[in-house]
Amino acid sequence: MSQAPPTRDEANAALRSLRPSDEDHLEFGQRTPLWVQVVKWGLILLTLVVLGYVAQQLIEAGHWLMVSLTAFVGICVLAVYATRRAVPAKYLLPGVVLMLALQIWPLLYTVSMSFTNYGAGHLFTKEESIASIEANSVREVEGSFRYALNLAVPEGADVATGDIAYLLTNPDGEFFVGTLDGLEPLAPEGVEAGPTGRIISAPGWTILTPQEVNARSADLADFAVPVLNDAGEATGGIKQVGLSEAFVGQPTRVHDPETDTITDQVTGTVYTPQDAQWVPEGGEGGALPQGWRENVGFENYTDAFTNPTLRDGLTKIFIWNVFFAAFTVASTFLLGMAIALLMNDERLRGKAIYRSLLILPYALPVYVTALVWASMFNQEFGLINNIFGMNINWLGDPNWARTAVLLTNLWLGFPYWFIVCTGALQAIPGDVREAAAIDGAGPIRTIRSVIMPLLLVAVGPLMIASFAFNFNNFGLIFLLTEGGPFVGGQAQIGSTDLLITLAYRLALGGVTPNFGFASAISVIIFFLVAVISYIGFRQTKALEDVN
Amino acid sequence: MTMPGSNDPTLGAVDAHGSDRGTDGALDTKASKVYEVTTKSRRGSFRAVWWRHALALLALAFALFPIIFIVSSAFNNAGTLSTSGLLPTRPGLRNFDALLSDPARPYWTWYRNSLIICVVATAGTLVLGAAAAYAFSRLRWTGRRFGLLFILLVQMFPAVLAFVALYITFANVGVVLPGIGLNTIWGLLLVYLGGAMGGNIWLFKGYFDTIPKELDEAAKLDGASHARVFFTIILPLVRPILATVAMLAFVGLWGEFLLASVFLSSSDNQTLAVGLWATRNADQNRYFGQFVAGALLASLPVVITYLLLQKQLIGGMTTGSVK
Repeated sequence: MSQAPPTRDEANAALRSLRPSDEDHLEFGQRTPLWVQVVKWGLILLTLVVLGYVAQQLIEAGHWLMVSLTAFVGICVLAVYATRRAVPAKYLLPGVVLMLALQIWPLLYTVSMSFTNYGAGHLFTKEESIASIEANSVREVEGSFRYALNLAVPEGADVATGDIAYLLTNPDGEFFVGTLDGLEPLAPEGVEAGPTGRIISAPGWTILTPQEVNARSADLADFAVPVLNDAGEATGGIKQVGLSEAFVGQPTRVHDPETDTITDQVTGTVYTPQDAQWVPEGGEGGALPQGWRENVGFENYTDAFTNPTLRDGLTKIFIWNVFFAAFTVASTFLLGMAIALLMNDERLRGKAIYRSLLILPYALPVYVTALVWASMFNQEFGLINNIFGMNINWLGDPNWARTAVLLTNLWLGFPYWFIVCTGALQAIPGDVREAAAIDGAGPIRTIRSVIMPLLLVAVGPLMIASFAFNFNNFGLIFLLTEGGPFVGGQAQIGSTDLLITLAYRLALGGVTPNFGFASAISVIIFFLVAVISYIGFRQTKALEDVN
Repeated sequence: MTMPGSNDPTLGAVDAHGSDRGTDGALDTKASKVYEVTTKSRRGSFRAVWWRHALALLALAFALFPIIFIVSSAFNNAGTLSTSGLLPTRPGLRNFDALLSDPARPYWTWYRNSLIICVVATAGTLVLGAAAAYAFSRLRWTGRRFGLLFILLVQMFPAVLAFVALYITFANVGVVLPGIGLNTIWGLLLVYLGGAMGGNIWLFKGYFDTIPKELDEAAKLDGASHARVFFTIILPLVRPILATVAMLAFVGLWGEFLLASVFLSSSDNQTLAVGLWATRNADQNRYFGQFVAGALLASLPVVITYLLLQKQLIGGMTTGSVK
């Protein structure tokens, strides 16, 4: 700890302030002041109002499990804060609720997702995939009417990823919303429609602009609204024609629940379920694009270790990842320690100025420094090639890119070790050095045999923390190289990729997200870091015992 | 912390003898002799340490040349990467004009978003962290030790590893509660608050434990409630650790990129990190001036924080926070 604990004087002052003063004899005897009560009950009430609102929204959306969880939180708030009991809980409840919802739930969800095939082509449940296939296969029935169409996502959802909906107007001017769940009437209040009846704006929906529609053409191609009969079975579908119209039609692909197959009535092909997809019987032709989400057990993990392409790519990334983290810790530590030793001389003046300036690389936000370094490594215009008169393709050649990454991280990280080592060196007693000098050790020998071991004991745990941090140093790699360069026809595995940047690209970077596999990589990273940290801590413990 | 000097008994004893300003002047000569010796040894010491200065300047050059490049490119009127160097060719403020008047890149909105997120999340970190540390350090309850270990264990799984789960969860949250879904700063803020209690619990609890327990016990004997002890006795005494954690949290959140880029897609909702990244990527050469100008302004809060409050930050760094 660097902060001195409170001095005895301060403690005494605090104690004195507790003693009843002359003006106020019953400081602690009196009841809680009124304003404190008002604030307390106001906060309780506010929390309950917010929870009530959340519960109401959840009821409207029909998420009953979440409704009961919200109610449970509300009861906890009342039980903890409205009574005099459960004193520790009064201090822990908000933090614990946030931790459960935003740390533990994502952790559990990541682990459970890593056992599924969740991702592109496997986004829905099996029922949804059947409904979507049938609705998509509709052909327009001659003589039927067309809807005026606009495309939207629910308000608040991301236009690039949110669930698409058709906003429809039938020839009678009635409004409907079509989603994967079917067709529902849309209340006309607040809806604005154009001259053709096409909805221009509707409360609760964000209309997509033509550019946004264009960006989602792949999603739209597979999208259709199932028309359900009273029993909830799909009898047809509504599908868009062009940008502003949609038709109602009869499906040409029909699911048979008895045999659990889908038959294409035009071509006669029969699709059977296999590996969470509908695959044509006899193995000819491709599977249908709408697969479903299902549990795949350890497949993501076994794939990572047995599929040859994946395994080679992952092994390459893993080796580079470990090397990157280890080299970064070693290089930043050595440079930082060297500068700390350099400055560790009482006769040297201006140390405060040196320290303030040397800390700057660490002080700047990493998105500033990493992006500026990326610009400095630019082959044509970059500062580094310009100053040294070189023409190195820093970020386009695998080995130069790795050098650039290591160099940048050395620059980013050495001030941290400079500060830490300065502190640790000051804590080494002077008589240890004197003793070494008396025993005839020169300066180099003193550093190597006396100072270094003492320093390593002090900073060992910090080195492990730094290793664990750099092992997942997403910001640096993503901002500097985005994992690239991608050589040899590799689109997924870049030369400077870390496991975490690979997981990011698999999950969110491309058109075919694979959430399941990305989650499996996250879990693997966690275990790797945990094991390496555990071994590291054992080593530092051993080092401590030696001393 | 206050210096212990004022109440030091040895200083008091010297004062009782009067100051060293003697009437006979003997002390003065002695003092000036001492001064002479000191300057001589200082001059001599420069000869002994000049090589340290030389190497230190070399280290400074390595540390500062990218920063000089940032500053000079920001004031370089031509505003492209190809015209930027260690010295601005035609100095001026044109980059800043371009930055602040670009309708497609609302810089002040990003600044405001970053400030809101960092200030609120930092405040939340202090409130939740200090309250939890009080419960773990001062109150006695079953499961205390287990709870502390459990919280520490959860921190081993960094939020960056859970980004897929957070992304999908908040995509669903947004459908029911649009105000805190994806692409809102409030959703991102909530995610940051998830680690508010656990992230610094070790730092907090360690410091709380150094406050003498006699203080609370005395107050309790006088009839103070647990809340009274917390708010009027403990909190004023732990101000140093509050300052340290506040700065570590603020600086850490100010530079956070991964979750911000996962969450915030439309430019009106972005933070400085995501917005500036998008600015530079729009065209690495053309928008470079605009980007560095923005980067320079974005760096100011943290650099000023670092320089003013080095002591607290260094304290935090040596207890295990890594950026």
